[in-house]
Amino acid sequence: MEIFATCTICECNIQIPEGTMEGEILLCPDCGTELEVLSLEPLRLEEAPEVEEDWGE
Amino acid sequence: MSNGSIRLLFTRLRTEEKLLAEAAEKRGLPLAIENVRDAVFPKRQKSGDIFLCRCIGHHQNLAVARMLEGSGFRTVNSSRVMELCGDKVATSSVLHEAGIPQPGYRVAFSREGALRAAAELGYPVVFKPATGSWGRLLAKAQDMETAEAIAEHKEHLGPQHQIFYIQQWVEKDGFDIRAFIIGGEPVCAIRRYSGHWITNTARGGSVKVHPLDTELENLLLRVYDAIQGDFLAVDLFFTKGGYLVNEINDGAEFRNSITPTGEDIPGRVVELCASLLKRKPSKTGRNKPACKIAEHRGPEVTNLH
Repeated sequence: MEIFATCTICECNIQIPEGTMEGEILLCPDCGTELEVLSLEPLRLEEAPEVEEDWGE
Repeated sequence: MSNGSIRLLFTRLRTEEKLLAEAAEKRGLPLAIENVRDAVFPKRQKSGDIFLCRCIGHHQNLAVARMLEGSGFRTVNSSRVMELCGDKVATSSVLHEAGIPQPGYRVAFSREGALRAAAELGYPVVFKPATGSWGRLLAKAQDMETAEAIAEHKEHLGPQHQIFYIQQWVEKDGFDIRAFIIGGEPVCAIRRYSGHWITNTARGGSVKVHPLDTELENLLLRVYDAIQGDFLAVDLFFTKGGYLVNEINDGAEFRNSITPTGEDIPGRVVELCASLLKRKPSKTGRNKPACKIAEHRGPEVTNLH
């Protein structure tokens, strides 16, 4: 079943890929915003935090 | 077989964390994945679990590992390894003591000191933040005028940038090398090509396999002896004079290294974690010290219980 969500920034419809997990980042195809999947049930997206200075490997 | 599980802790789910979870599932290994962004430590945990710490922020990952070790748990990697790898001053110091070849470097604490350090190394030089990744905030200074400007800017970036880590510029012929050590064993390596002087796959570029030769394998074993670490990614330069160890990563990203090398990196990591589940914990349950140097120099892990 295809699942859709709304971009919190531009309100476009985003298809949620199969196998998406909590904590994953999705890219809005319209505005390019990085959206974090906060929860799957219920489906909640939020603009992902900006990259911090100590992020990486 | 222990009743424990592998607990994969994260704050941002990257491809790597998904690959690790998939690899465990494929092998029927018990792995639970957990977002610890809003977690509070210390907290009650099931004894016998192994914690694969994969938080994207160095300081949070380190703090989480310390909390878990303080409660007697084994983490991959250990907090001591995170400390050594997450701070270029610490990394260079350990490599230096172990006699492992690395690019020339200096550490200074003021603008004047930084300029003197750069002059000692000879231009061009690269200013690097002591803590940082993905090639962020690297600055190449071709001459003293540029170095003056960089040093002045860094002085205004906060206390963590007042420690000037300056590295000699290394001519690397368009690529550098990323090699993986898992459970003390050199596993594979890639070349990372880029038109930009910063070669990091997080910034684009292309990759291809770099076969492990005896010289590289021996060097990686020396790195392992010096740093320890269950899962390390070692970045190197390949120069006319031989390999130079540039950086060592404790929270390696590896998505671009699997196809060119044909190595199942996530599979090997979860198998390593599973093998640790089977081991009898030490009396304190804490990780084996990373190395003699770290044992003396590293801060104490405080047990809050």
